[in-house]
Amino acid sequence: MENHLNLNDVVFIGLQPRGVYVSDRIVENIKKMYPNEKVNYGVLDITFYRDDVRNEIRMANKTTIDFSIEGKEVILIDDVLYTGRTIRAALDALIDFGRPKKVELCVLVDRRFNRELPIQPDYSGKSIDAIISQMVKIQKDTETVVLY
Amino acid sequence: MQLSTKHLLGIKDLTKEDISIILSTATQFKEVLQRPVKKVPSLRDITIVNLFYESSTRTRISFELAEKRLGADTINFTASGSSVSKGESLLDTVNNILSMKVDMVVMRHSASGAPHFLAKHIPAAIINAGDGINEHPTQALLDAFSINEKLGSLEGKKIVLVGDIMHSRVALSNIYLLKKMGAEVMVAGPPTLIPKYISEALNIKVEYDLKKALEWCDVANVLRIQLERQNQVLFSSLREYNIAYGVTKKLLDGLKKEIVIMHPGPINRGVEIDSDVADSKQSIILQQVENGVAVRMAVLYLLSGNKN
Repeated sequence: MENHLNLNDVVFIGLQPRGVYVSDRIVENIKKMYPNEKVNYGVLDITFYRDDVRNEIRMANKTTIDFSIEGKEVILIDDVLYTGRTIRAALDALIDFGRPKKVELCVLVDRRFNRELPIQPDYSGKSIDAIISQMVKIQKDTETVVLY
Repeated sequence: MQLSTKHLLGIKDLTKEDISIILSTATQFKEVLQRPVKKVPSLRDITIVNLFYESSTRTRISFELAEKRLGADTINFTASGSSVSKGESLLDTVNNILSMKVDMVVMRHSASGAPHFLAKHIPAAIINAGDGINEHPTQALLDAFSINEKLGSLEGKKIVLVGDIMHSRVALSNIYLLKKMGAEVMVAGPPTLIPKYISEALNIKVEYDLKKALEWCDVANVLRIQLERQNQVLFSSLREYNIAYGVTKKLLDGLKKEIVIMHPGPINRGVEIDSDVADSKQSIILQQVENGVAVRMAVLYLLSGNKN
């Protein structure tokens, strides 16, 4: 919140499906901190922008962005940053909604050494060094991060 | 995640699950069509040929729009003014087009079974845009999507198809789909236009009295009376047809509840449906057209996985 002075110019976007759990919590907390202000919050599904669409046809979830992102500072929120391909797809999707002033990335977990594209988070909850064969699992109810 | 079939030849081949997947994917594409940039890049590596041997404006444009909104490259082929008039066979035409590396074929043909024939002989995915008097699956899908959108669900809903059932591939596809999804189906029209054993064969209701049919239903899907057929002694005249079986405002207003009016288009105003009905707020005819693009995008997207 320190980087963004005017909440009106900021847009929070959670990435479907799992980033939405994180973004819901974040936006809930922000609304509590600033009860009199309007928080621009949307969810984005990037299924149609994936670079591996020919390998497997996936079902898409809802996208709801009811406001303009033109000239706004967008904060993309996801659960785990792994190869970076989801974020690449999210950037392509976002540009089709308008020209944001700035896009920042906020993730709960950053798997630092598995990146396949030059993408890094601006805000991250936890950095994990994991090898490819390991899975990172976030348990929603107990709010723990497990590496196995 | 895949549909149970490689092609979309008819509703007959689809499972209830397939239909649910198509309808929910269409919901997401409908949202895409509200965005400032109405495109997604999912099919930008795919080339699709629209093979229309029978004339059509509405369906062809709808498919072409759907293809372009998915980023695909499209080729349009209409039979007149092409090699077909020089006597080239269907298989030859398609094989020639396929040699140019086309991935999917959307086909409309006056012979029932033409897309099935093609599916047996070529490797591309085939989508039936209407074959003879057999099926028109994407029309039934967009009709179902529209009913779902308006009424919330299909199960248990009462839908009557009104008009020339005998020659209608739209009617047949709709009957198959609605039965699969648990709706109750009735066909209504003059006895000369309703196949004799349809009630037993497809397990649907038949009604020759339009007023009774409209009293029963939640939705009336009014089919076009093909003007060419008035010379075939199937009904006395267009005016008499309108008097007995035309859906009029007076009829609608006299019903106990407000029903939903649908029509696949193009409308013959004053024949099977009156203007004030087609333009009324009970009519979802224009929404059907809008939904057609989203539903066709869903079908193309879901079948695009089988690239050569």
